[in-house]
Amino acid sequence: MSVTVKIPTQLRSVTGGDAETQVEEAGTVGEVLDGLYDRYDGLRDRIAEDGDLRRFVNVYVGGEDIRFLDGLETSVDDGDEVTILPAVAGG
Amino acid sequence: MAAVESLQCKECKAEYPLESQFVCDHCFGPLEVKYDFSGFEADSVRRKIQAGPNSIWRYADFLPFERAPKSALDTGMTPLIKADRLADALGLGEVWVKNDAANPTHSFKDRVVSVALAKAQELGYQVVACPSTGNLANAVAAHSAAAGLESYVFIPSNLEEQKILGTGVYGTNVVAVKGNYDDVNRLCLELAGERDWAFVNVNMRPYYAEGSKTIAFEIAEQLGFKLPDRLVVPIASGSLFTKIARGFDEWLQVGLVDGDLPTFNGAQAEGCSPVAEAWGEGRDFCKPQRPDTIAKSLAIGNPADGPYALDLAKRSGGGIDAVTDDEIREGIKLLAQTTGVFTETAGGVTTATLKKLADRGDIGGDERVVLVITGEGLKTLDAVRGSFETTEIAPSTKEFDAAFDLAPAAS
Repeated sequence: MSVTVKIPTQLRSVTGGDAETQVEEAGTVGEVLDGLYDRYDGLRDRIAEDGDLRRFVNVYVGGEDIRFLDGLETSVDDGDEVTILPAVAGG
Repeated sequence: MAAVESLQCKECKAEYPLESQFVCDHCFGPLEVKYDFSGFEADSVRRKIQAGPNSIWRYADFLPFERAPKSALDTGMTPLIKADRLADALGLGEVWVKNDAANPTHSFKDRVVSVALAKAQELGYQVVACPSTGNLANAVAAHSAAAGLESYVFIPSNLEEQKILGTGVYGTNVVAVKGNYDDVNRLCLELAGERDWAFVNVNMRPYYAEGSKTIAFEIAEQLGFKLPDRLVVPIASGSLFTKIARGFDEWLQVGLVDGDLPTFNGAQAEGCSPVAEAWGEGRDFCKPQRPDTIAKSLAIGNPADGPYALDLAKRSGGGIDAVTDDEIREGIKLLAQTTGVFTETAGGVTTATLKKLADRGDIGGDERVVLVITGEGLKTLDAVRGSFETTEIAPSTKEFDAAFDLAPAAS
């Protein structure tokens, strides 16, 4: 059981340059993020605040915004792709 | 007299150099251009503006450049029309229409693209790109062609044909993405991280957004360096709405205008109204929506500047309303039939919202109201198809007389 996480350029300074990584043994988006926090020092402060994602952080599972799903409780399956991106919109 | 200082995070206020960065390293907040206007003296700034070029570059001292930028395709100084017949139709005192369809590619997006491209060239970019709901695509393609830059525009594949044709003609690379605007936007965010291109509304966004302030500057200058009492402005991402207020704030600060910030009313389509919904429910954040409306140029279900738009509506004493697709079609006709201005669906949203505010009695009889019309009706012809009948006759006076029950012609 493994999930691929895509990391935006803005966070690669805390991931040692990693643009993509695998997280094992995670059943939800929240657990995937916890796995990343354990691995990368300083990541939690950058994207989370008071146990929730910061206002300008968007997370997608298979291209779908987790706010359309179950937020941090959204379940993930083997082979899923989780993408973290800054919230920017307008055009 | 350059006042531009740095980029600054709107959330945590951390500062960054004036480069191609759009997200705060510390908190992921959006970056905005910071200025220091303390050296500005109102009379000399006013004279400089009045002696400036007949385009947005007359306001260059309020834009993010060290030296006055140039562009091959002049933008701005669009008409501000006194709309007495529209005011009468709605029972209002004074209404003006800022017709931004009168720009090179017929929407306000020429303003933001002019600023973004000038900055991209200053920073040395060779390729320009954007995710777009259509109007931005037109503008990026045209301004890139005029500047001799290669460009890629990414659009939702279900976009209005007029907007696709009006993009491809400029020789850009049109990429139709199977998905809605928010999908296109997400793709471009990923691409912007991988390619050294100037995505005008992604990595150039802090500069790009500044272009919208020029609508505020023009309105104030066209009213004789005075502020209106109220504005009705469409909301997609919320950037235009908040940047118009920022423009007025800057001129108030410098002393080019007096008084208070006008009241700001935001306009959305019901089929994509995350900001209006948040306003209605008293929230300070937006829940994303899946857009389903004829107002495709406003169909952003996940508006990044939503929280700031909510804040502006609140502090200016305004609000944010949503109108149905039928009201949008009626709004397009109302504007066309009282002012001679044919606007696209976004302008229908704005006009219908003005009507809603008027019907509800929210607007005082002595108020000077400006309706911000952001785009051209010829780009969304489907919205008016079937809305009237054509009378077909043979080329004979008899048939004409039979078809129209008019008084006999004088002989």
